[in-house]
Amino acid sequence: MADAAIATTAAATPAHGRYGSISRDRRWALRWSYFFLVLFAIFFLMPPVYMFITSLKSSAEISAATNPWWVYSPTLSNYIELLTQNQYLTFFRNSAIVSVFVVIITMVISVIAAFALARMRFWGSAALATGVFLTYLIPDTLLFIPLFKMFAWVNETFDIQLMNHWWTLMILYPTLTVPFATWIMIGYFASIPKELDEAALIDGATWFQTLTKIFIPVALPGIIAATIFTFTVAWAQFLYPLAFTTSTSELVLPVGIVTTLIKGDVFNWGQIMTGALLGAAPPLIIYAFLMDYYIAGLTAGATKG
Amino acid sequence: MAQVTLRKVIKKYDEVLAVRGIDLDITDKEFIVLVGPSGCGKSTTLRMIAGLEEITGGDIAIGGDVVNDVPPKDRDIAMVFQNYALYPHMNVYENMSFGLKLKRTPKNEIDRRVKQAAQILDITELLDRKPKQLSGGQRQRVAMGRAIVRDPKVFLFDEPLSNLDAKLRVQMRTEIKKVHQKVRTTTVYVTHDQVEAMTLADRVVVMNAGLIEQVGSPNDLYHSPATKFVAGFIGSPAMNFIPCHLEQAAGALRVRLSDTLAFPVPADRTTRYSSHAGKSNLVLGLRPEHIIETRPHVEPNQHDFENVIDVVEPMGMETLVYFTIAGAEICGRVNPNAGATAGKVMKLRADLSNMHLIDDGTGRVL
Amino acid sequence: MADVVARDLRVPARSGQLTLHKFARRKSTIAFLMALPLITIVLCLVVYPALYSIHLATLNKSMQHFVGFGNFEFLFRRNTFWMVVEQSLLFAITAVIFKAVVGFIVAHFVHNLPAKGQRKWRGMLLIPWVIPPAMSTLAWLWLFDPSYSAFNWILEHIGIDHVAWLGETGWARFSVILVNVWIGAPFFMIMYLASLKSVPEQLYEAAAIDGATWWQRIWYVTLPMMRNIIAITALFSLIVTFANFDIVRVLTKGDPLNTTHVFATWAFRVGIESGDIPLGASVSLFMVPILAVAATFILRDITKRGSEV
Repeated sequence: MADAAIATTAAATPAHGRYGSISRDRRWALRWSYFFLVLFAIFFLMPPVYMFITSLKSSAEISAATNPWWVYSPTLSNYIELLTQNQYLTFFRNSAIVSVFVVIITMVISVIAAFALARMRFWGSAALATGVFLTYLIPDTLLFIPLFKMFAWVNETFDIQLMNHWWTLMILYPTLTVPFATWIMIGYFASIPKELDEAALIDGATWFQTLTKIFIPVALPGIIAATIFTFTVAWAQFLYPLAFTTSTSELVLPVGIVTTLIKGDVFNWGQIMTGALLGAAPPLIIYAFLMDYYIAGLTAGATKG
Repeated sequence: MAQVTLRKVIKKYDEVLAVRGIDLDITDKEFIVLVGPSGCGKSTTLRMIAGLEEITGGDIAIGGDVVNDVPPKDRDIAMVFQNYALYPHMNVYENMSFGLKLKRTPKNEIDRRVKQAAQILDITELLDRKPKQLSGGQRQRVAMGRAIVRDPKVFLFDEPLSNLDAKLRVQMRTEIKKVHQKVRTTTVYVTHDQVEAMTLADRVVVMNAGLIEQVGSPNDLYHSPATKFVAGFIGSPAMNFIPCHLEQAAGALRVRLSDTLAFPVPADRTTRYSSHAGKSNLVLGLRPEHIIETRPHVEPNQHDFENVIDVVEPMGMETLVYFTIAGAEICGRVNPNAGATAGKVMKLRADLSNMHLIDDGTGRVL
Repeated sequence: MADVVARDLRVPARSGQLTLHKFARRKSTIAFLMALPLITIVLCLVVYPALYSIHLATLNKSMQHFVGFGNFEFLFRRNTFWMVVEQSLLFAITAVIFKAVVGFIVAHFVHNLPAKGQRKWRGMLLIPWVIPPAMSTLAWLWLFDPSYSAFNWILEHIGIDHVAWLGETGWARFSVILVNVWIGAPFFMIMYLASLKSVPEQLYEAAAIDGATWWQRIWYVTLPMMRNIIAITALFSLIVTFANFDIVRVLTKGDPLNTTHVFATWAFRVGIESGDIPLGASVSLFMVPILAVAATFILRDITKRGSEV
């Protein structure tokens, strides 16, 4: 017995023994990994960094065409102008209100529907769950034209003008957010063991109490993830607002920046970049703080599907 | 009075009959265990008592009242699940008090009951911890605490020890028995482990394929099984089954196992068995502890024979020997110092005073 | 014995007691009501418009008359239409391939890092996906600007001619694909990273013992284990990239000379900017067969996996 032990240790220690080469392999793999990751990081982070650099430049410096990657005389004038201007603040406000409301509407609908689909079996629930998933595959680029016409019809028939109002978006965005949010929540709810329901049932909880006191707290990470996604999708929407809102006072941020800051042939890039950066800020800030929920929601939704 | 009565209970899933007509009378304060292989319908029966499954046919009554259409929360039962089913976001105290809170029990009453249950189960220091901070055994105790707090008419246990490792299982088994002695409530306990059934139960219900094979005290089931299934299910290592013939020769009955081996039937059984002489499809049932090594003094109904040993398993306090007779693998329990060696012939002794003769066609023990 | 038992059992009065049957039925209706808002939204704002667009596609420009396949015939004869078909497919397929490859490579490198570092790098590398596409595309627009391109500035300094990133057809298409890949690759990375973690370490050890090189380990262990995730993310991305609007719209608006138009942007140009709604609807509808094919593949894949589990 002891001889065998000695033999194996002897075999493990020669100059090119397996153990030695594996840890050397690992170190080289690590070095190459860092090297390439730095390259990729440069690729991925360069545009936002460039946005930031440009935002600190005055128009004069930009047109002087000096080194675009460096700020020689940094200035906050772009920020100040944009933030004191009513227009930009209106965009921001519209975006914020729409996004927050869409999040609330979406989460209420999705959580309740997901609970029904994941837990309560009723006629057609399996078909509906698949159907929900499929609607996620029908892109907004297919629907915006018929919706355009439908809104015109609503105007003619009910005399409600849906066009060119930012609150119309609150009706439209849920079509994009609810299917995905429901899908994420179904995944989370389905992973809660059925015994928990039964224990609650024996403890005397009604369906509603089971939902509010058991399911929602336990599935909270999923709820947070779905909320973050809904907000990000709502905030980033471009096509629907572009198609359905035209007056400056009704625009949301993405559309506002693209259409108003580009006046004719004159591009005020300093302001555009500032506007874009500030516009990208809310999703980025949420991401910075809640990154783990974000990523967990993404991967959970996909691996369960 | 918390007796539980099942009358002709049937459970049908789509076209499959999971429970095919069960009649059972459980008396107040009794600890009864439903045991059987997976798929025999024991868990389904328990869940029907709990109200988690609809009863397709028959009646279930708790405390004299038929509860077929009564929702679980009104049946005055409490259940301990296999996976504990503790609410992960609540601490132990909240887990135990959840049901009472839903019933709007006054706070001091809740507190009293929770503290009392915690004391019985020795979990008082764990009251403000969350389930994920507890070990498997502690979680199981909390699950039991949750049940005790409700002060129900019936405790229902659904394979509560299956998720624990072997050592912990033995510990918790004793705990459960102690708790039952302190809190004398009718208990229906489901397990697939016959050792648990034997050690915990006042009465054991052996189930197979949706029907009850036999109901009785652990000793009754061990020593007087009614069917081959029960005989083979209860007891570990399992009873040996050897196909045999019953011969009548010179006024004496003998059990013939092979051309070379036959044992005389004990005198007190000759009248019982004589009518079956000559029948085919007979099986001799003999428990391993009744096949031992030869000893100097021969007791009545003990007969010596020899056989080549195939496998030897030393268990410490005894040694299990496996050998073959007429194609059937037999297990015997011999003294560890008896010199059993694989591949060698060994002198063995069969004690037929506890033999069972089984009709393999009907499965009944004669 | 049975009689005594029968007499002792009391059956509760029916009134006021919820029979288990009624309880189950109520559960069904409650559940249906809970899913109703979802169903309403999907029916009214997704299914109905989709079907309505078919009807719209059959009308003439002023939407007074029925022209049947007239719009489609018109489109088939337009050169631009076929360019749009070709470009949409080109962008989608190329972009997805690159996204998958880049995502896979980056995921592998991140996976090699010690656990603590992984979190930071993962966080940094996902940023392109978090920024609203319209905003980040603006940044790229600025980076590609004909007069002030920061890339051209670098090229100039190393002695290479300026590139008309958005002005020349070839480069413009390249730029669209590049931005697509930039925005989408992080998503692939995250998915692949999660999938990489689920491959049991023991498989790699067994392969190492069998003498496999790092490339062989990837080919024979990693890729087969990740087959499902690779397929699903690729299909998803195909659909999303194929129907993409934001990038092309902000970057090139379809120019130069309609050589970067995709279905979405061209439908917008034709349908809303030029005011011919039925024609726009027809353009959008052409996405349907391709999307349907992709969707069937996804569905088949999911149900296949579901039955495997």
